[in-house]
Amino acid sequence: MKHTISVLVENTFGAFDRVATMFSAKGFNIHSISIGETEQKDISRMTIVTSGDKQLIDQIVKQLNRLIDTIKVSELTGQARTERELALITVSFHKGGIEEIKNINDIFRGKIVDINNKTMMLEVTGPPEKIDAIINVLMPFGIIEMARSGTVALKRGEQIRPKNEYVNKK
Amino acid sequence: MNTKKKTMTGADIFFESLRKEGVEKIFGYPGGATIKLYEKLYDVKFLEHILTRHEQGATHAADGYARVSGKVGVVLVTSGPGATNTVTGIANAYMDSVPLVIFTGQVPSHLIGNDAFQEADIVGITRPITKHNFLVRDVKDLASTIKKAFYIAATGRPGPVLVDLPKDVIAAECEFEYPETVEIRGYKPTLKGHSNQIKKAAEVIRNAKRPLLYVGGGVIMANASKELTEFAKKNNIPVTNTLLGLGSFPGTDPQFLGMLGMHGTYYANQAVSNCDVLIAVGARFDDRVTGNTKTFAKEAYKIHIDIDPTAIDKNVAIDLPIVGNAKEILTELLKELSDKPREEAWFKQIEDWKDACPLEYKRPDNELRTQFVIEKISEKTKGEAIIISDVGQHQMWIAQYYKFNNPRSHVSSGGLGTMGFSIPAAVGVAFAIKDRPIVSISGDGGFQMNMQELITAAYHKLPIKFFIMNNCFLGMVRQWQELFHEEKYSFTDLCDSNPIFTKIGTALGIESFSTYNPDEVEELLDKVFAINDRPVLVEFKVAKEDLVFPMVPSGGSISDMIHKRINPKGKK
Ligand SMILES: Cc1ncc(C[n+]2csc(CCOP(=O)(O)OP(=O)(O)O)c2C)c(N)n1
Repeated sequence: MKHTISVLVENTFGAFDRVATMFSAKGFNIHSISIGETEQKDISRMTIVTSGDKQLIDQIVKQLNRLIDTIKVSELTGQARTERELALITVSFHKGGIEEIKNINDIFRGKIVDINNKTMMLEVTGPPEKIDAIINVLMPFGIIEMARSGTVALKRGEQIRPKNEYVNKK
Repeated sequence: MNTKKKTMTGADIFFESLRKEGVEKIFGYPGGATIKLYEKLYDVKFLEHILTRHEQGATHAADGYARVSGKVGVVLVTSGPGATNTVTGIANAYMDSVPLVIFTGQVPSHLIGNDAFQEADIVGITRPITKHNFLVRDVKDLASTIKKAFYIAATGRPGPVLVDLPKDVIAAECEFEYPETVEIRGYKPTLKGHSNQIKKAAEVIRNAKRPLLYVGGGVIMANASKELTEFAKKNNIPVTNTLLGLGSFPGTDPQFLGMLGMHGTYYANQAVSNCDVLIAVGARFDDRVTGNTKTFAKEAYKIHIDIDPTAIDKNVAIDLPIVGNAKEILTELLKELSDKPREEAWFKQIEDWKDACPLEYKRPDNELRTQFVIEKISEKTKGEAIIISDVGQHQMWIAQYYKFNNPRSHVSSGGLGTMGFSIPAAVGVAFAIKDRPIVSISGDGGFQMNMQELITAAYHKLPIKFFIMNNCFLGMVRQWQELFHEEKYSFTDLCDSNPIFTKIGTALGIESFSTYNPDEVEELLDKVFAINDRPVLVEFKVAKEDLVFPMVPSGGSISDMIHKRINPKGKK
């Protein structure tokens, strides 16, 4: 089963690498991993999608916690959360196929961001399953290239955090 | 900004920081990237720098020093090859949770990434084998980084921390202020065990009919041997040790079952397999201990006390985890439980197992045997020596036949199993311990892996006994070849290629002896143990094709041990 883990890490040299190294050293799976800034500029948020049974996920969470550069590790699976992914997909089309692709794009509420007389690029965002779905539907047309951002996720509902929760005390 | 403070160079800040940390010894080797540090070191009086003959030696020496002293071991090496030479030593310390701080020189910041002369990405290389590591990019961060490095190395589950120091950072200047305290928001080593969990554990143990303590190196690291011993004695619970746990409980105590696991005693493994409550303390259910995890202590309710949450449930499912410092948890446990009566039936059962299958070897007829030599050393030193083993058969025989009476006395490469560990580690030990016999024991194979450090020992007149158990073979590998690999003795025979060990010793200025005669052993030991102002070397020419028994074949259940040769070779 897939699990989404959200990790706040120090925005420092090597923090990302440390997490990635730990995953490969321990032989844990990574389906996707994404990292970016948070509202606090010295902290980055990593969203890791991995899979395994409960014992393995517990071990992954503990191993993540053990790293010095990780500040907070939350397992989001089983919690109210929003997960999003963005994909850029370049598909080829033949005469007439253009309308069909446009229809599909509309159904998935994507955007056409580039077009020429042989291919067009779609931009789609949504839960990762939605991205999987459109890829499936577009496959028969011929996907020339594709880039997925990996999942980002946040817990839903009111999040009250003390103002200085993660202040680095000297 | 405070303008009154004067500025200092990175090199000065480096040594001032070490002074603040109370560092007394530093093991190292100079080079271009650290030359400025060595320039300062020339006039530094508050610490002793020990020049080893190889950076791997420096790292193992710091490791040995740390294991016996309980202090952080410190290493200083240059960039590139100096740094990469420490890798085995760092991995070794990481596996055995030894607190080290390794300082590596680095090429100047502006050259990093350029394949500059003697550049190696040591931070990248050591990421999976350090507890944490740092590249210092600005001299302003130097003092606080050193503070953090020592803090991280020594607290929680200890481990090695590497600090990479670019040459320009060492030369740059800034004001010096050493932080009084450290707080790292992502690092809060849990110390106190959960009190409800402790109460629950006491309750379970109170009702146990066949309790057993399974004790690892964590107890020694936490200086909790006294509490452990008191808990075991007051509550009449038998104790078995892991390789690294030896010494945490007196080896001569009748409640002691010896080591468990692959080359553990039959009775320890039977006790594990039949206990109803297993109390693991500072141990990590390593595969050499558990054998087949499905059958490991399968009857038992398992309590696991450990400082590292990742150790819990990693290999074996735990019923009751208590995360925290072993010393504090055992102290709390003692308050809850200190008068559990002796379970006679259980002790009787254990005695029966001991009688059925004691540790034994054939007395020396004409051949000298390592077991015999170890037993003699144990008697001669009354279990009070510090024994630094290498890796192989002799290491297992030390674990079986030396009766360790004190913690921090058995120094052995457990997790990584690094041949070549003993000689340099003994050098480090000798810089920490002055009042007890120090014995380095190697096989003839491992002896040759870091024998350059004999020179360090000779130069400093370290009173180390360097013993070689020369069986002319890479014995432990030969054992597996004999038992499980169709007797194909592929590249394990050293008979024709071994050097003359006594001549090596002599060439390096170390008085050296050799014997193959069991009748000479006592006298020779008397002679060398009387020498206390310099190293000595003794080669024991021991039986060539001896095997370590009992043994659990890899991955087997620890209740199924082999006790003698299974191949019909007609050998005893
Ligand atoms: C650096 C290193 N290389 C290889 C091994 C694999 N190995 C484990 S035990 C052993 C044999 C050791 O032989 P020796 O030092 O003569 O000791 P003995 O087993 O004979 O007591 C070997 C080669 C190892 N543990 N470490």
